[in-house]
Amino acid sequence: MIRLSNVQKTYAARRGSEEHTALRGIDLDIAAGEIVGVIGRSGAGKSTLIRCINLLETPTSGSVVVDGTDVTKLSKRDLPLFRRQLGMVFQHFNLLSSRTVYDNIALPLELAGASKAEIAEAVNPLLPLVGLEEKRDRYPAELSGGQKQRVGIARALSSSPKVLLCDEVTSALDPETTRQILNLLKDINKRLGLTMVVITHEMAVVKALCDRVAVMDGGVIVEEGLVDGIFANPVHDTTKSLLADEFVEFRAGQSSNQSSDQSNGQED
Amino acid sequence: MFSTLAPILLQATGETLYMVAAALTLGTSMGLPLGVLLATSGRGELFEALWFQRIFGPIVNATRSVPFIILAVAIIPFTRLIVGTSIGTSAAIVPLTVAAIPFIARIIEGAIREVDSGLIEAAQAMGARPVQVVTKVLLPEALPGIIHGLTLTAVTLIGYSAMVGAVGAGGLGDLGIRYGYQRFRPDVMAAVVITLIVVVQAVQSSGDWMARKADKRNI
Repeated sequence: MIRLSNVQKTYAARRGSEEHTALRGIDLDIAAGEIVGVIGRSGAGKSTLIRCINLLETPTSGSVVVDGTDVTKLSKRDLPLFRRQLGMVFQHFNLLSSRTVYDNIALPLELAGASKAEIAEAVNPLLPLVGLEEKRDRYPAELSGGQKQRVGIARALSSSPKVLLCDEVTSALDPETTRQILNLLKDINKRLGLTMVVITHEMAVVKALCDRVAVMDGGVIVEEGLVDGIFANPVHDTTKSLLADEFVEFRAGQSSNQSSDQSNGQED
Repeated sequence: MFSTLAPILLQATGETLYMVAAALTLGTSMGLPLGVLLATSGRGELFEALWFQRIFGPIVNATRSVPFIILAVAIIPFTRLIVGTSIGTSAAIVPLTVAAIPFIARIIEGAIREVDSGLIEAAQAMGARPVQVVTKVLLPEALPGIIHGLTLTAVTLIGYSAMVGAVGAGGLGDLGIRYGYQRFRPDVMAAVVITLIVVVQAVQSSGDWMARKADKRNI
């Protein structure tokens, strides 16, 4: 479904910043229907990597083939059409504050020139899927973080994409809401057979959601494989230390359970 | 006394509102696209065009640094070219508009730059074309700020419109200077000042109300 071959990305030097290479030759194959996690610490290049798939960032060299098309060769005119086949969900939701839940979810269809009836046909079934029927006419400012992310997910799904790109989608959420959002994504993957690329810095997200994982450090993929294998037998130091973080977080999470329970009540 | 004052006061108020409304409308029709382009033509932005910034940035600044009364007199030849005369209420719309355009452009630019860049990225990821990013995301999200800015412009233009009274336009400023000052009529002066206060207050209140209506960020 998605094949990255020797993808490099270098940001040119500007006033006040040196030339910076974010990706140093990335090779990654993602099969249709698969959920692939890309994990790494901040600065590892994972955000750049996911943005190279929908060309929000243009790779300096290498090729990105999505569904048989080398998308790095698309013209400026064709690029928006290609992007409509991919949905993207963001860490900070990026919802329009001036639009209701319904109108936010409708936006990708509106951009594609869909009629009111077509929009209703696509958006109405998504509201129950993400559990937001009652919030249909609310504005984002009236929603909790978890609800906002549900809108973000529904919006990414509204144009019936083949691929869902998830950029740190649970990093701004508390543990219980994170669990709910991950379950929702898993459910969507099963029901719709979507291919998903999941960027995260948390091993727990990989474990709960992904089939396969690629570990990034310093702009390269240092380790890649099935999630079970990587968890059972991590080879690279970065993987080991990311797994060690998880253990620490797990213990810290247990001791702070009581305080987080109170905030859970407001979620969803 | 009131019966003689009321009609001329009413007429002057009407002239002022006409000048301000016309300048605000014309100024927005040109200042809005200018402001949008100033906000989106920088390096790596939606309509990257550094030449545009290099040319129009200084022009906007230059126009804004000229005191309005000087601007109004300096562009009299231009006003004559467009309206055919430099005297009267309609002629005053020309300098008012010329002053309003850069003012509005900077306000629109500022309001658009306030919009979270994550929203631009999200729109592009959805397949929005650059023009759609402006019409579907940037302008709607910047609307409360734009309404605030246009209200500010309207109030400023009411002040400016009183100044053009000095160079032959009608309106409340003209009434205040000719009747109130030159004919020693403190009652007229007081009426003019009170009317101006009422008009500005009304404009500000309705602008605030509209901005609040448009703002869905704090519900």
